[in-house]
Amino acid sequence: MASSTSSVITLKINGEKYTLPVDHRTTLLDALRERLDLIGTKKGCDQGQCGACTVLLDGRRAVSCLQLAVAAEGREITTIEGVADGDRLHPVQQAFLDLDGFQCGYCTPGQICSAIGVIEEHAAGWPSAVTEDVRPEAGPPSLTPEEIRERMSGNLCRCGAYVSIVEAVARAAEVRVDERPAGAVAGAKEAVA
Amino acid sequence: MREFDYQRASDVAGAVALLGADPDTRFLGGGTNLVDLMKSGVERPARLVDIRELPLDEIEPTPGGGLRVGATVTNGDLAAHPEVRRRYPALAQAVLAGASGQLRNMATVGGNLLQRTRCGYFTDVTQPCNKRTPGSGCPAITGEHHNHAILGASDHCVAVHPSDMGVALTAFDAVVHYATADGPGELPLADFYLPVGDTPHRETALPAGALITGVSLPPAPVAAHSRYRKVRERASYAFAIGSLAAALDVQDGVVRDARLALGAVASRPWRAAAAERVLVGAPADAATYAAAADAELAAARPLPHNGYKVDLIRNLVVAVLSELAEEAAR
Repeated sequence: MASSTSSVITLKINGEKYTLPVDHRTTLLDALRERLDLIGTKKGCDQGQCGACTVLLDGRRAVSCLQLAVAAEGREITTIEGVADGDRLHPVQQAFLDLDGFQCGYCTPGQICSAIGVIEEHAAGWPSAVTEDVRPEAGPPSLTPEEIRERMSGNLCRCGAYVSIVEAVARAAEVRVDERPAGAVAGAKEAVA
Repeated sequence: MREFDYQRASDVAGAVALLGADPDTRFLGGGTNLVDLMKSGVERPARLVDIRELPLDEIEPTPGGGLRVGATVTNGDLAAHPEVRRRYPALAQAVLAGASGQLRNMATVGGNLLQRTRCGYFTDVTQPCNKRTPGSGCPAITGEHHNHAILGASDHCVAVHPSDMGVALTAFDAVVHYATADGPGELPLADFYLPVGDTPHRETALPAGALITGVSLPPAPVAAHSRYRKVRERASYAFAIGSLAAALDVQDGVVRDARLALGAVASRPWRAAAAERVLVGAPADAATYAAAADAELAAARPLPHNGYKVDLIRNLVVAVLSELAEEAAR
């Protein structure tokens, strides 16, 4: 079998297809920033510890610094550049603006992508490490500040804007519930039980 | 990072064939540990075989109340699954106590079992390490070892296994299933991790070239009443300095069944069999729980800077068992 250390891959990012040759060592983070000029996703630690590079893979939050670009081929990748609906900001983006969920802003794209994932995971009934009773009979936990802090613990903010970040995530989660079609909340509970 | 070839496997037989017995090839699951180790130079594979798309992502109930979990199920999906949370709540809690939400969405069950220690000497290629470079020495024994092993270690290595998931799986007698070119096989998790001895670089009994295909959990009614408690140096997103998965069945004030496994105390998730023997048939009270912890910790050999773990584990056992018994009495 021929051995090769690079491949031509096609990535689906924010609904667009990008075809590019990559050295297999290239992370998704570096492909986004260095090759495709999608510099909204930020490089912090490059070790999976800070969350600045968080994107959504098939709708779920993931750190792009530990994701090889070649292994991301075929997946739906959503970056901070793709979360808004045209000129209409995503509810999480709007909540971060309205509640000052940042100071310098460097960790913010990762915080927002992570928060989008958190709100979806919570809506699907996922428990967390601070959920008192994880059994499905206990029902989904409410998204308290304690739950938000735990679920967002993979995103560090060196400015320490955590208080406003927690408020913004809570606000955005309320918006999501309000905008859900009638019956959707009950349906989510059934899926969990 | 060394340059490497990349192949994507579409079925188990193909994945095993691609790996062959090539010691320079690694399976790639979520990559949360492997890619990190490749960046630091600890892992230097010449080829990766990506197994994330293999049809091993199901969680299936088995007859009698057990579960079979595919190797590529993500930590996130495992902890969210209603039957995991109902039948083995400590397993869901253990998974949720590990890493971050992002990492749990990437990391897989098979990879979790094969993750490497976070000992700072192992992950620093400028340092000696018997696990990474056999025979080079272990600086941890006389150096930084506040989060190293108190049980089952040797003069060659005192690193701990970092998994939370594995602790709960160990308490519940999980069995690891694998595929090789010669066919499928299985290993109880109790026999999966090798004793440290003088070969800390040999970590598991998995045959060369084998692919983990899944983990099965036998039925265990006691597990429905279980808990995972993790002690760490910050409130979230940190490795354990001590952890406990425990299940307890108390009837008429007497312990009828008990399962205990400890984390961050040894080179593998540590089944506390000596403690279980003290518990079963004894009165369900704090004195029994303390005696059980002491029976297990009698074999502890702490280093100068990790003696606190002996007290920590003792307190953890008493506290969690007391809570479980109290809840059962309600």
